[in-house]
Amino acid sequence: MSGSHQTAHDVVFHVRRYTPERDKAPYIQSFTVPVHPGMTVLEGLHYIKENLDQTLAMRYSCRMGICGSCGMLLNGKPTLACNTQILDIADRELTVGPLPNFDILRDLVPDLMTMFQKHRALMPFVKRDDEEDVNDPAGEYYQSPEELEHYLQFSFCIRCGCCMAACPTLATDANYLGPMPLAQSHRWNQDTRDGARSERSSLAGGSHGAFRCHYAGECSRACPKGVDPARAIQHLKRQLVVDYLHLAKRKKPCEKQHGPGAFPKDPKIPEAPPFTLP
Amino acid sequence: MNETKYWTWFMAAGVVILVLLGLHMMIMHLGAFTHLFVVDKGVEATAVVNSQSRDANLFFTITYVLLLGTALFHGLYGLRTILFELTLKKSMEKALSVLFIVLGLGLFCLGTWAAFTAHANALKAPAPQAAVSEGR
Repeated sequence: MSGSHQTAHDVVFHVRRYTPERDKAPYIQSFTVPVHPGMTVLEGLHYIKENLDQTLAMRYSCRMGICGSCGMLLNGKPTLACNTQILDIADRELTVGPLPNFDILRDLVPDLMTMFQKHRALMPFVKRDDEEDVNDPAGEYYQSPEELEHYLQFSFCIRCGCCMAACPTLATDANYLGPMPLAQSHRWNQDTRDGARSERSSLAGGSHGAFRCHYAGECSRACPKGVDPARAIQHLKRQLVVDYLHLAKRKKPCEKQHGPGAFPKDPKIPEAPPFTLP
Repeated sequence: MNETKYWTWFMAAGVVILVLLGLHMMIMHLGAFTHLFVVDKGVEATAVVNSQSRDANLFFTITYVLLLGTALFHGLYGLRTILFELTLKKSMEKALSVLFIVLGLGLFCLGTWAAFTAHANALKAPAPQAAVSEGR
């Protein structure tokens, strides 16, 4: 207890402050925070809020890198404040700002609505034509582990917006869909249960879609969850071109398997033992 | 989806330009070593006599037009992409697209007319081979 909470030294937090209703432009305010080993940036900001300035605004929730609420610009890099330890990135000074490429609601709180609107426009869900079959609970869509592998890593995205903040294309073109929505578009296109690839392609292949990506790769470097949006966008580009040139036969979404025995059986799984009760 | 179409042709145009510019470099700038399509080896590949002989060849006229078309499309589409990244209004984007289409088609027609006129003139002119032999 005493070891982990001993104060190592003071670190000066240079926090970017901005209240749109009051300030003409953002400004930097500095706070001295006593830092102990293992302390995260979010904890440092909590220290400021509790002891130095209660007006500091920030967004956070889970404190464990799952919810994606506390995306911030720490020492010039967009990342999560809750899973970044202060002493890992700063010795004496640390700059903290809101995520760039977004409007600022207040202080460290970016307005992520533009990102979520683009995300929603690309239909981030399974969409099929057979509505009745989808709503029939007696059965399930079979997906093999290999099919799952095609999109699994892109499904780890927590929509924190760090990739959007790191994207140099989005910095100049606010209409560009951005890494997160495009990577999610690819994720749902790859899902064998989905049948809305054509619908997504009309937007993903639009004038501010996947082809505006310069492949700088900053989105993949910034992602705190290890997702590779740049790779997803390149896959998406290839898929759009292949579809346009009709170079590959488009697969139909998988059918729902009804009842026992309808699934492909894994030979490694042994038969169930016989009933022990009459 | 339109952008997919433009981008696919943009990439294809890039490959065609690479091949045709390679050919151009081989003939025009490395002519002293390659002697490709050079009827008078005593003068440079860019001399009138050599240029006229190539103009008389329909293969060259067609490659000039092809290079012009692909270079115009590749260049103008690239410029349009750069301008679109400036967060323009939809109406401005549309106006720019129309401007580039009109400009591209206009320049393509002008260049095609020039290439075929040069071809026709070269056919009417005395044969380069004869001119060379007379000169010597």
